[in-house]
Amino acid sequence: MEKENCIISLQGVSKIFDGQTVVDNISLDITKGEFVTILGPSGCGKTMTLRMIAGFEIPSEGKILLNGEDITKIPPYKRPINTVFQRYALFPYLDVYDNVAFGLKLKKIPVPQVDKKGNPILDKNGEQVIKMKHLSPKDIDQKVARALRIVDLEELEDRDISTLSGGQQQRVAIARAIVNEPEILLLDEPLGALDLKMRKEMQLELKDMHKKLGITFIYVTHDQEEALTMSDTIVVMKGGNIEQVGSPMDIYNEPRNAYVANFIGESNIYGGTMTAKLKVRFLNHVFDCVDDFPVNEKVDVVVRPEDVILTKIEGKKDQKDICQGVITEKIFKGVHFEYLVEVGKSEITVQDTRNREIGDIVKIDIEPDNIHIMKVDLTVNTFLDAWIDKENRVRISEQPFDVDVTQLLPNSTLDEEGYLIAANGKKYDLNDADVIAEVGLSNIEIIDGYDNGQCNGVIVSIIYKGDHYQIMVRTDEEEEFVVDTMYSWNENDLVSISIKPEDIKLTIKGDIAKYEVQ
Amino acid sequence: MKSNKKKEAKKTRRFFSVFGIPYAVFLILFIIIPILIIVYYAFTENGQFSISAAASFFTSWAKWKVLLISMFVALQTTIICLLIGYPLAYFLANKKFNKNTVLVTLFIAPMWINFVLRTGATRDLLTWIGVKGGRMPYFATLVGMVYNYLPFVILPLYSTMLKLDKSLMEAASDLGANPFQVFIKALAPQTIPGIVSATLMTFMPTMSSYVISDVLSENMITLFGNYINTEFGLGSWNTASFMAMIMLLIVGISLFINLKFNKDKEGGRTQLW
Repeated sequence: MEKENCIISLQGVSKIFDGQTVVDNISLDITKGEFVTILGPSGCGKTMTLRMIAGFEIPSEGKILLNGEDITKIPPYKRPINTVFQRYALFPYLDVYDNVAFGLKLKKIPVPQVDKKGNPILDKNGEQVIKMKHLSPKDIDQKVARALRIVDLEELEDRDISTLSGGQQQRVAIARAIVNEPEILLLDEPLGALDLKMRKEMQLELKDMHKKLGITFIYVTHDQEEALTMSDTIVVMKGGNIEQVGSPMDIYNEPRNAYVANFIGESNIYGGTMTAKLKVRFLNHVFDCVDDFPVNEKVDVVVRPEDVILTKIEGKKDQKDICQGVITEKIFKGVHFEYLVEVGKSEITVQDTRNREIGDIVKIDIEPDNIHIMKVDLTVNTFLDAWIDKENRVRISEQPFDVDVTQLLPNSTLDEEGYLIAANGKKYDLNDADVIAEVGLSNIEIIDGYDNGQCNGVIVSIIYKGDHYQIMVRTDEEEEFVVDTMYSWNENDLVSISIKPEDIKLTIKGDIAKYEVQ
Repeated sequence: MKSNKKKEAKKTRRFFSVFGIPYAVFLILFIIIPILIIVYYAFTENGQFSISAAASFFTSWAKWKVLLISMFVALQTTIICLLIGYPLAYFLANKKFNKNTVLVTLFIAPMWINFVLRTGATRDLLTWIGVKGGRMPYFATLVGMVYNYLPFVILPLYSTMLKLDKSLMEAASDLGANPFQVFIKALAPQTIPGIVSATLMTFMPTMSSYVISDVLSENMITLFGNYINTEFGLGSWNTASFMAMIMLLIVGISLFINLKFNKDKEGGRTQLW
């Protein structure tokens, strides 16, 4: 069932917190000795996942196995797992030594009993008596010293926590966790409070520590660069779900969908169409590619800024077989320049080491294997649990939307009482009829502020797709609308959405005959 | 320009210092002078310097006994109050158990009722349930004391508990501490400032209170406060003053200990003293 050397395994784990699903049925196997990073924006459920592994939260559903044993309901103090907390959570009333020794002083180890001559003491059954004993002060001393040496803090044993810098406190927190020799070390955004330079240093040190200690690290962060630098495996999470699991290289080069591509590294994302076998059209140009998708399929195309090759051309050429654009922005980034190139209505971000000027006309080339094509997430919003209310409006997650219900039957009309009259004169009462509602991505309008449209929501994600934004609006009732729009919004904006009645496509569930009025 | 500004600043300072005068007058009139008078009476007899009051205090076993009993009662009250108040404050401050502040207000409401009235009511209540002061004076006094000073324990503990760093408790649990060890090693140390304030707010007033024991024990228990009161009533001002001074010293020492305890804790806003 599980992999041979799988140390921890989440099986269908969900967590509902205050009525909200924070973690939604995730399954994950982590190999012994791996450095695993759970990556995602705030509120994606990554910290909750970590807390469930640590034992601070009990999953609402599912199981957590440690070395094949169910530990779902075992309290934290009985798990061979230690945590480095986000805000360190060091004991301010203890000095560095006592903080690090905290776990060791509580620990009891089995000690075989021997008498004064050194012979083992036997019990009635002839087995050696084993007593649980605390570690000796000498052992504790040694272990603490070793842990402090690993984190480079040997001289600070007697210092008070409050006299340490953020970086030093961080190290104490790590020492306090690793001194217990856990099987798994959990790290909850441990570098979040450090400045950039310290963070980079600690990243490398942590990686080094991982190599030296050989234990499993599970690291939670929202910083994609941190994840790429340190991990063996990255788990990308979004909205309580796992989007992709893979090595940093896989995740960067082969993102499974636009969300992952957008989250990991900078990228240009376009909506494209397959025009022929191994040919994809985007940026008004047909490029060769290496991903095989059915012809005419709508796809998402990801191009990393560093993979775009610019060549300067003199004068605007009207050649159809080259993709050309104008440089509209230029930013010096040290190692390279970052250009924004306008190609027709779209734009593309390019990283190039050569110095070019704004206004330059350039030819755009992209190597076929640098064009990453993904199955498109969504072309239409589909709401499977919609129903019609007595005013002949469609309810999408309880929100009423005006709609033309006559589309359910060809050539039908509505009478004064709101019954649907078919062409053959049959009468239908659509109240409570279950339907499937479909709304095109570009048929939804986002309006600023609450209560200005038919339904209120908050913007939860924005992905720029070259010439438009794809925005996800989550309503108060937890329904999600995906909207294509030209206008830029901000995440967490409170908005209302509005849909024109003619843009909602309805399909009745089952046979319409059951709604017939006799 | 600069000197002008300086002068200006000096002027404003002088102007504002005028507002301090009422406080200074109050301080001198109602705090410093009374203390000086107590000290004066404690070391004089008929206007002459004398240590007879001191001698009579230190040689009188009766007076010592009263002092010791008072301290014992105060200690007992404090411990009982803490035993009741500590868990109560924890639950009141924990959002899981208590989502509003109404309960907290209810628990500290007795503080706002007139002290003498409240004690009288306590006596009647105790008599009604069969705990007659005349029959069990010590128990009645203790009940009265605990009832009176419980709010003073709950309040400082509650405000410390509101600010508990839960991550420390999680960290302790993570490092292998069972629930009891979490309490001892991660929760209790965080509440020390609250415990210290609560202790002082109970211990010091119980030491000197005499109304409660008077009313509830029907004059069968004499505490240090009662003794001082009696001595003043008898006209032996010197002895009474010396005893009052001893009381003041004890209170001063306990305040000093509190200061020591809280020295290295930053903030200190939880302290009511």
